Amino acid sequence: MIAEGAPAAITLDGVGKIYRRYGGRQFSTLKSALLSGSLVRNLQPSETFTALDDVSFVVPAGSTFGVIGRNGSGKSTALKLVAGITKPTSGRVAVNGRVSALIELGAGFHPEISGRENVFINGIMLGLTKREIQKRFDEIVEFAELTEFIDAPVKAYSSGMYMRLGFSVAIHVDPDVLLVDEVLAVGDEGFTHKCLDKFGEFKRRGKTILLVTHSLSLVERFCDEAVWLDAGRTRAQGDPKRVVGAYVTDVERQEERFLAATDARAREEAGEGTRQADAGPLDAGEAAANMFQAGEGRWGSGGVEISHVTLLNDQGQATHVFHTGEPATLRLQVNASRAVQDFVFGIGIFSADGVCVYGTNTEIDDHLADSLQGSAEVRLEIEALDLVEGTYKLDVAVHKRDGAPYDYHRLLYTFRVKSRVKDTGIYRPRHRWSFSGGVRLRHKA
Amino acid sequence: MWHNLAQLPRYRGLIHSLVARELKARYRGSILGFFWSFVNPLMLLLIYNFVFTYLLANRTEGIQPYALFMFAGLLPWTWFSSALNESAGVLISGGNLIKKVLFPAEVLPIVSVLANMVHFFLGLPILAAFLIWFQHVPDLADLAWFPVVILVQLVFTTGLALLLSALTVHFRDIRDLLANVLTFWFFATPIIYAYTQFREYKFWFDINPFTHLAISYQELLFFNGPFGHWRWLVALGVASVGLFLAGYWVFDRLRDSFAEAV
Repeated sequence: MIAEGAPAAITLDGVGKIYRRYGGRQFSTLKSALLSGSLVRNLQPSETFTALDDVSFVVPAGSTFGVIGRNGSGKSTALKLVAGITKPTSGRVAVNGRVSALIELGAGFHPEISGRENVFINGIMLGLTKREIQKRFDEIVEFAELTEFIDAPVKAYSSGMYMRLGFSVAIHVDPDVLLVDEVLAVGDEGFTHKCLDKFGEFKRRGKTILLVTHSLSLVERFCDEAVWLDAGRTRAQGDPKRVVGAYVTDVERQEERFLAATDARAREEAGEGTRQADAGPLDAGEAAANMFQAGEGRWGSGGVEISHVTLLNDQGQATHVFHTGEPATLRLQVNASRAVQDFVFGIGIFSADGVCVYGTNTEIDDHLADSLQGSAEVRLEIEALDLVEGTYKLDVAVHKRDGAPYDYHRLLYTFRVKSRVKDTGIYRPRHRWSFSGGVRLRHKA
Repeated sequence: MWHNLAQLPRYRGLIHSLVARELKARYRGSILGFFWSFVNPLMLLLIYNFVFTYLLANRTEGIQPYALFMFAGLLPWTWFSSALNESAGVLISGGNLIKKVLFPAEVLPIVSVLANMVHFFLGLPILAAFLIWFQHVPDLADLAWFPVVILVQLVFTTGLALLLSALTVHFRDIRDLLANVLTFWFFATPIIYAYTQFREYKFWFDINPFTHLAISYQELLFFNGPFGHWRWLVALGVASVGLFLAGYWVFDRLRDSFAEAV
């Protein structure tokens, strides 16, 4: 941990950044600018975009500081301000010590010349002297795993090799403050680990790291403090776990709104007008085949109508976002214009790639139909939604025992399952590991 | 501005390695490689010599052999015009550096000017060889002025390059405009003719800065006799320092907009 009162390595004090949109002026030419004498005035923005608005934070020397937020929230702008690439419109940015920015890896590489020459030039661009590069050259090449290819022109490199070399040069600049913008995706698993190890080494040596990333687990694991930027403003700051938690909650709320809108649109498209009268009875096989072919939609003979479908969480609130293992309730509001005796309620859960995860109906579950008239409510309670993270779609239907549908809603409802655990597949059985004999494992802190 | 200008010498190493990279990269992959820097001006001179001796024989009194006369002015002009053409686009093509790396942007146009200066230098041995071939040995005492002419051209070109590179970021038209302006400028400058042939345009020649560079080169390398144009050259030198400062000032003023507008 960082000692209290460590000197600030990076200070942002009420920083605002307003980008000018030069776009509208694209076709105004030098000639017209000269003629109207507006050369200077034209450089004044007509439209602006506020990328950062009154953002303040202090990164103590020796700490690792995470910046999270959605795309376009101002994270990268903040990083560029700290790197000194752009200047703040208002407020103050102060940095103590040599900065190296891992923003664009290998930005200055020239494709025609060899990796070796590029290392030297890139190093000089990043502020090293020739002698310093000479001293670190072998280390740089070895870290980039390019010993065999270092004399080949950079244009022959794969994009992975290119990025690795760029990363390696930048990190060997040995800065006091390292700025990292989402560059951990530069290589294969092995290289990513090496990068993380390198960051760890930086940390141990008391260097400051400012990390902009979408990898929340990295922030939780790695950072001493984090800030969450949203539309250019600070939404939360402090303990990374807490900040990440707040951010995740907000993302879920957004997703919820998005899924609700998607559902509404899907239902609208499959509205009354497109409902097809499906006459003949279908045998099970044919119905199953249809299930996998048909896209989203709604059809049926009418008579019984499913008017509303709602997913509820354990507090009884309508939602589209669940966590793995949470209870969930599916509520169908049904309307029968005439009394019917032959009816079955069914549901199907599908994964995003169309695999039927689970399907059942009242008949399978031994509920035999007696009568249905007027309005009614049908609930299916799921004790634990043991699905892995992903987006799922729902079929709901009311049909006759022979399969002929009154009202079939095909894939019209979407819900999302979130999980902190990155397991794979579809179904997450409740499980527990146990070990005995000559095996020992430690639980990760 | 003065603060940034004072930083410039610190970028020596960077400028040096970028110029070296520019030269290396240009001929990388070609068989003759660096040798092209000699071959290009040699071919140019041979072609001109052939054309203006046999096809469009230029027998104007006083500027014979014509190809040699023309070459004395053409070589520095090539440096000047290529440097300007390149630096006009250099901030845009180097956008990656300006946007993603903390990088002193003024280095880029300076590198363009210097890289082309090296090509100019590599053309000089060819010129020298032909001077000897035509037994046209220049006055050695006058040759002391030669570095001064080069220095004036360097400062003048760098000032313009800084100005143009900064403005082109905001007005992309400059790149196309420039190509045409340079063509006109070339013919308006006594390079393929001697200014003495068109006395009536003296005023226009005098206000054209490159006239004085071209005449200086011609007097030093081609014509025998004392270097009489030195007053003009010194005046141009002073003006060039002013131009350089003005160019740097504009560049510095617009610097913060580069990362966003490139």
